[in-house]
Parts: sequence; structure tokens; C-alpha cells
Amino acid sequence: MSSEPAADPGAHPGPAGASEPRIPPGPAVPGGPAPGPRSPVRHAPVRHALGRISSTAFLALVAAFFALPMLWLASAPFDAHPSITVSVPEFTLANFRAILANPYAAGSIVNSVIQAGGAAVLVVVLAALAAYALSRVRVPGRDVLLYVLLLLSSVVTGTAAMVPIFELATRLGLVDTHLGVILVVSGGLLPAAIFILKDFMDATPTSYEESARVFGASPMQILRHIVVPLVRPGLATVAVWAVASVWGGFLMQYILLRDPDKSPSAVVLFTLYTEGGQPDLPLISTFSLLYSLPVVLMYLFVSSRYGFRFHGGIKQ
Amino acid sequence: MSTDAVGLGKSRAVVFALPALVLIGVFLVFPALWTIYLGLTDYRLTGLAAADPQVVGAANYTAALGDERFRSSFWLTAQYVLGSAVIGQAGLGFTLAWTLRGRRGAVRRVVEGLVLLSWILPGSVVAFLWIALLDRDGGTLNALLGTPGAAWLLDHPMLSIIVFNTWRGTAFSMMLYSAALENVPVSHLETARLAGASTLQQLRDVVLPQIRVHVLTNVLLTSLWTFNDFTPFLITAGGPEGRSEILPFYVYNTALRGGQLGFGAAVSFLILLINLVFALAYLRLLRNRREVAV
Repeated sequence: MSSEPAADPGAHPGPAGASEPRIPPGPAVPGGPAPGPRSPVRHAPVRHALGRISSTAFLALVAAFFALPMLWLASAPFDAHPSITVSVPEFTLANFRAILANPYAAGSIVNSVIQAGGAAVLVVVLAALAAYALSRVRVPGRDVLLYVLLLLSSVVTGTAAMVPIFELATRLGLVDTHLGVILVVSGGLLPAAIFILKDFMDATPTSYEESARVFGASPMQILRHIVVPLVRPGLATVAVWAVASVWGGFLMQYILLRDPDKSPSAVVLFTLYTEGGQPDLPLISTFSLLYSLPVVLMYLFVSSRYGFRFHGGIKQ
Repeated sequence: MSTDAVGLGKSRAVVFALPALVLIGVFLVFPALWTIYLGLTDYRLTGLAAADPQVVGAANYTAALGDERFRSSFWLTAQYVLGSAVIGQAGLGFTLAWTLRGRRGAVRRVVEGLVLLSWILPGSVVAFLWIALLDRDGGTLNALLGTPGAAWLLDHPMLSIIVFNTWRGTAFSMMLYSAALENVPVSHLETARLAGASTLQQLRDVVLPQIRVHVLTNVLLTSLWTFNDFTPFLITAGGPEGRSEILPFYVYNTALRGGQLGFGAAVSFLILLINLVFALAYLRLLRNRREVAV
């Protein structure tokens, strides 16, 4: 549903297709550099130094461009009288105490936890069951089904489906419920989750399961005690991805929830006004920082543990 | 995996897969199909047409195509996708990956870290950060440029959200191209350089042929995501006077705020069709790539 951050449905070719060693012939370069008078070689050190300086300047500029909007997030929460301009803060932690006292702000974090956690559990459990079945049993049309579902999940986005989803939730009585948000976002996350987990399960050998079966284990026992431990990295990937998308998601939550007592932080952030009708800057900046922290920490955890790099597609 | 080695059995496999498939069916497939039907009716949120909607055929579509606001919204969307996804994200992402290649250490970590941070922060937070940055009276940008009172969001709403979305999404392109450039043999570049090829020639003759598939993948995905992104709504809400009302905002404003659900569904269906074209192209690319890899 939400497109960023973390891996997106369509972007995941999965471990199998992730690192394709495509080595096209490339340009013909027989026998290395040809000898002869090549003026660029003589000027190479100068040109190299100039290139290095200009590329460093460019990088500094880019770093400034990306850092500029974030400065406010780093300074305002600790400022006793924050304005909308970045300034060196008059240091205080009072803003953090004010957050705890604000009923909507504190409650919305709980709502975010319920919705993101609920969706992650639902997606991981249902996707693991489905992926296991699709990985181990050849159902006719399985691959086509998976492709079509994956296609649908990137086509039927929140933007494209907000009208029917709002209408459907209204008729099912799911408006203003946590369950409504959880079900709707899970429907969008499941196809990619199944796709990722099926790749993980395809990559694990079935011999353990066969032995367990010989000793009389039931399919549920095999799944719980043998398959789940083997594909734990895959389950973690899917869980983190689901939490991150729901935690940061805005549109579905905005449409499905009218009651501020049920709204998650993503929505409540835009309702923090002072009694004078102005945006409550100390509250908004501090709240933004607190609300961003979990995703940033989660990202750091994942990237240090599993390495968050691309190799052709997305590697977990 | 061709046989049922673990003895799960077809019936049990169906039971395992069913809950996920039902959820997908109800909350993903059904809404997509229902959009088609709703788009053919005059359904409204309130009033007579809410109680008893009539099928009006293609009237919503002809109304949309005849609507000045829809046409303008369509063109704004094209500008937005071209400006921020193709030129902004893919362009800046590639330039960054190219400039950072071969660099290690603090410079690379800082630049990559900042670019990634702008990608992983929640949408609501980054929207507010940009409101604070571009604010007319006390915005950081005006303080920095010495242009107090410059109303960026009112005078240049499209430019503002294009730059915003470039800032927001460049990380994906940067990482994709970084990985792609690792596949370009250093020896080829070195040879080309020694043969006197300029940087542009190297890019065109050595790099581009090797990363063509990545470029296509990148442009397709960033376009698809940008086309469906709702985050800039929090910055401009489509205003002022609809001058940044890209299609997602147009649907929200007409259907959910204006109550014209049938009409909004018709426009949604057009969005679905455009998404479908992007996604089919991407899947086709993916499948070709897998065949090459296998």
C-alpha cells in the first residue's frame, strides 16, 4: 500500500533472482591499452586531482541538501521556544514531558503499535502458511497465481483503490476500528510477503521434513519445529518490512479512521495544534522525533545484522 | 519441489493457503474489480444517489475527459513523475552512485546515511520537515537564502513537491545503481580512460550497455511509486487553487472530500490501468532477467 520505505512489493525478486551474475561481453578491449602517445596520461594527475575536488564539492552539496530539512528535527525538540526556523536550541527536555501529558500524542503511539504489530503478525503467519503450502505442493497454476497476485499488489495501491476500500470498510463496519486498518493493509502486503517467503522455503531442503514425517510428525509440527527455524531470516525480513510500511503509512489510516482516539501517530501528527489554532511546534517536533526513532533503530538493527544492500534487486 | 515430498497433501495445502488468499481476495482483488462497477454509476457519498445509485455507463469517463481540472491534474502528474522520479530520483541517484564509487570511509558513509535517512523517516514526519523548511515567514530556506517572505509553497507548488519527492526517494535509485556499477569491470573503465575517452564517453559506451536493465527497472519502479505517492498531499493538499493537484489528490478531493464516489472510482480505474502498464513492463523485465540468470 505505502510505497516507501524499505522493500516494496514489486521490487523483490527474492534471494533466488537477487544476485544474477550477468556478464555481457562488454566492449571489445583486446590486449589492454595500446601503447603510444596519449596526452591524457600526462595530464592525468592534475585531472585526477581536479576531478577529486569537484566530486567532493558535489558530494558536500548533496549532503547539505539532504541534511537541511532534517536539521529542524534535530534542534527543535530540545528547544524551549522552538520556531519553524532552525536555531541552536535553548536546551530543554520539557517538550518530551509535554508529549507524555498530551492524551492524543501518547495514545497514538499505542495505536501505531497495535496496527503495525497486528498487521505484521497477521502477514507473517498467513504468508508463512501459504508460502509453505505453495512451496511444497504443486498446485496447478501456482506460479501464474503468484505472479498475478504480486502484479495486483503493486497495481492496486492505496491511491488507486481508496474509493472502493473506503466503501467496502464502511459496509463491513470496519471504519474506525483497528481491525479494519489491519485487514486492509495486510491484504496489500500479503502477496509480496508470500513471494519472499516462498523463495526462502524453496531454498531449504525437504529432507529434514521427510525424516520428521517418517517419525510421525504432523504437518503443523513440521512447520513449527523444522521449517520456521530454517526460514527465520525470511520471517524477520517480512516482519520488519510490514512493521515499517504500516508504521509510516498514512493514506489508509487517514481514510479508515475518523476517531482521533484510534488514529496512529502518522495521522495525529497533523492534528497537534495549540489552543490558538497554530501548529504546536514544540509538540510536533518532539513527537516527530519520538515517532521516527523506532523505524530508524529498526533499520540500523537490520542493516547491521543482515546487511541492507542491493545486488541487482534487493537483498534483505 | 515437483512432488509432495513432505506429505502435506493437496487438501491440506489448500487449507494452509486459504486464509491468505481470502484476505487478498477481499481487500485487494475485490476492490479493484468493484472500482470498475462503481465507476459506471453515479454513486455519491450523500443524497439521493447515495441511497439508489444508477448505472450511467461511460458518463463519468466522458465527464472526466471533459473536465478542465482533470486534464490539468493529468499533466501535473506527468510533470511530477518525469521531474521527480525520472530526472530527480533516477538522475541524482545515478550521479551519486557514480561519484561515490571507489570512495570508502567517512564521506561515503555520511552521504549514504543522509540519503537513506530521508528515505526511511515516516512520510508524515518528512512532510512536516519540508513545511518547516519552506515556510514563508520563518522557514529555514528563506533564512538561509536571505529571501524573507518568499512563499515557495504558494508560488512554486509543483517545483516544491518535485524537489521534495526527489529528496524523499533518491535512496532507492542510489542503492540500485551502486550495486549495478559494481558489476561494471573496473578494467573496462580503466582501458577506456587510458584510450582517452571522456567521462561522458565512458558512461555511454562502457557503463550504459552494462546497466541498461537496471536503468529500466529503476525508472519503471520509481515512476510507479511516485505516481501512487500520497505524501506530498500533507505539504500542499493539491493547492493553491489546484496548482499541485496531481491525480491521487484529485481522486481524494473529488471522491472522498467532494462525495462523488462514482466519478472518483472512474478516475481510480484510469490510475489502475496506468499502474498495470508499469507493473506489466516491470514483471516482463524481471522474467527476462531470470531467464538470463538461470
